[in-house]
Amino acid sequence: MQPGALSKALKGGAIWGFIVLELIFFSIAGQFLSLSDTAFMDFDNMLLLLKQSAPIGIIAMGMTIVMVNGNIDLSVGATFAIAAIVLLDSMTWPIFAGLGDWVIPVAWLLALLAGTAFGALNGLIVWKTGVDAFIVTLGSMLGYRGIVFLFNGENPTSHLNWTLVDFAEAEFLGLATASWFLLAVTLGIWLLMTRTVHGRNAYAIGDNREAAVNAGIRVGPHMMINFAIIGFLAALSAVVFYSESGSVNPNDGQLYELWVITAVVLGGTKITGGAGSVIGTFGGVIAIQLLRKGLGHIGADTSTVNLVIGLILIAVLFLDRQLNLKGKEALRI
Amino acid sequence: MVTVSRREIGSMLAKQGILIAFALFMIGFTLANAKFLSVDNVFSVVRSSAILGVMALGVTFVVISGNLDLSVGSMMSFSTIVVLDLHDKIGPALAIPAMFAMTLCLGAFIGFLVGYLRLNSLIVTLGMLSAIHGLTLTYSGGQNMDIADKEGTWFSVFGQGAILGVPTPILMFLSLAALLGLVLAKTPFGRKVYAVGGNGTAATFSGIKRARTVFTCYLISAGCVAVAGLIQASRSLGSQNTVGQGLELEVLAAVILGGASLMGGVGTIFKTVIGVLILGFIQNGLLLLGLPFYFQFVVTWIIIILAVWLDIAAKRGKLWSPIA
Repeated sequence: MQPGALSKALKGGAIWGFIVLELIFFSIAGQFLSLSDTAFMDFDNMLLLLKQSAPIGIIAMGMTIVMVNGNIDLSVGATFAIAAIVLLDSMTWPIFAGLGDWVIPVAWLLALLAGTAFGALNGLIVWKTGVDAFIVTLGSMLGYRGIVFLFNGENPTSHLNWTLVDFAEAEFLGLATASWFLLAVTLGIWLLMTRTVHGRNAYAIGDNREAAVNAGIRVGPHMMINFAIIGFLAALSAVVFYSESGSVNPNDGQLYELWVITAVVLGGTKITGGAGSVIGTFGGVIAIQLLRKGLGHIGADTSTVNLVIGLILIAVLFLDRQLNLKGKEALRI
Repeated sequence: MVTVSRREIGSMLAKQGILIAFALFMIGFTLANAKFLSVDNVFSVVRSSAILGVMALGVTFVVISGNLDLSVGSMMSFSTIVVLDLHDKIGPALAIPAMFAMTLCLGAFIGFLVGYLRLNSLIVTLGMLSAIHGLTLTYSGGQNMDIADKEGTWFSVFGQGAILGVPTPILMFLSLAALLGLVLAKTPFGRKVYAVGGNGTAATFSGIKRARTVFTCYLISAGCVAVAGLIQASRSLGSQNTVGQGLELEVLAAVILGGASLMGGVGTIFKTVIGVLILGFIQNGLLLLGLPFYFQFVVTWIIIILAVWLDIAAKRGKLWSPIA
């Protein structure tokens, strides 16, 4: 074994160890505390969990590549809401009235385009102005949310299309539509990050932007593409979710950015860029959903979930730092 | 003859850009609507900005020291709920110091994690945002808090009272701003905050206790949050659990608008106050112009990006970023 391989394996596998720990804990605790008769590790329960992870999980895949790239996107929750409104509202537009159910792919396409455009706009601003991505997307989080509210005030936008609902509620090979989307997106972004030049460059830029520039990598376009990807995925998440629910409140998606970032950081992606993996993020998403579901299973309310997730996030950060120390931080203060 | 190069004019404009923008806004809105600069309107704008403003003062310290504080919103909900709950249980005279102590404990915890353990402040305060929200819900049992006897308590003086015709929240905001402005600009501690934010390693080698400085900044931030919670609780005498939700980002927007750099080492209390007032007056001015309420968010977005962009453009001497 190479030196450092153990600590590397420990860190890579940490999130999966945590998931196993959660499963064991909630299974045992559920025996004593749960009000329902079904076991926590019930197969249907786990399938449902995968489906419920989809809205956050799909966006988290995009956040992984953006954070590996050394940026961050705080506007995903607002982009999510914009795409949802475009999806539901465009189905009622008179120009599409003659399409019948063919309006569905058109509405999907429009929603995805809107998300991609808003994401790319963030990327373009970061690229051309050189303003930090944190500030740019903090601003657009307010701005995009303002656009959502300008559209329909504080009223919900609703439209139910039963063909669409049937599609969203369908199951294929035992998995719900949303789960398939989550798995497909995970696979897609994994391939993008590990098998393409764009993925390699994203890591290089996040690790050391100066060196990447000197190596001849065009940093700007790569960053913009990544922002377009996360915009697209925020829209895809909205499309998958609202196809089923059919009604969007202007506040929907608020705090999604925080949940997504929590999942990505739990999955081992560095906030400073250059390191992280899609598989780890997938683990982080599952771990958070397990925690929410498990705490609900043993009768804890939502307040406990918030408390526990916040503290776990800090604990993970602490452990990660301890594993990374290796004596190089000689400067004790 | 003194010649002034274009570069110097540019950097001078950028240095005072936020003041110039503020002046232009005020002139523009006043021309558009005569009511804009009336005493009543100015008081109402500053009063409604006071809560955000008080929080922004504390966050300015944290940002100058090179860190972030995203937990101030949920911490403000916490202190509001706590003081309202204790008001009926132990009376306002004891409730206020008790609330301050509890809020400062939270600030000390964050300060310990970021200062002494040197964890990433973005993630720590993100975690604390969620954790304190959970704490608040657990404390209140998910219920809204209300003071039983709303008429007969002197507690309302902080949010609704006035001294010599000036509303108390404005007085508290401005006097706290003056106090903290002096601390930041005129005391050795203030110099240390700039030094730690500007170059932490250099500051350490100059004998500055970096951890203690960062810790104190978070304590100041928590203290400001407690004042904001006090004003909020006293103004409404009842509150939801989520009263401060989302405020952390608006606070940060005001601080950034005031020219503080997220890299640390740059910013002043005075400019943060200007940032807060710009946000407040823009919101008010757009409403007076008859534009929809939510239009202000779009304008805020554009202003934040323009302000930061012009600032760094002046520093690098080029409008567009050199990123290929």
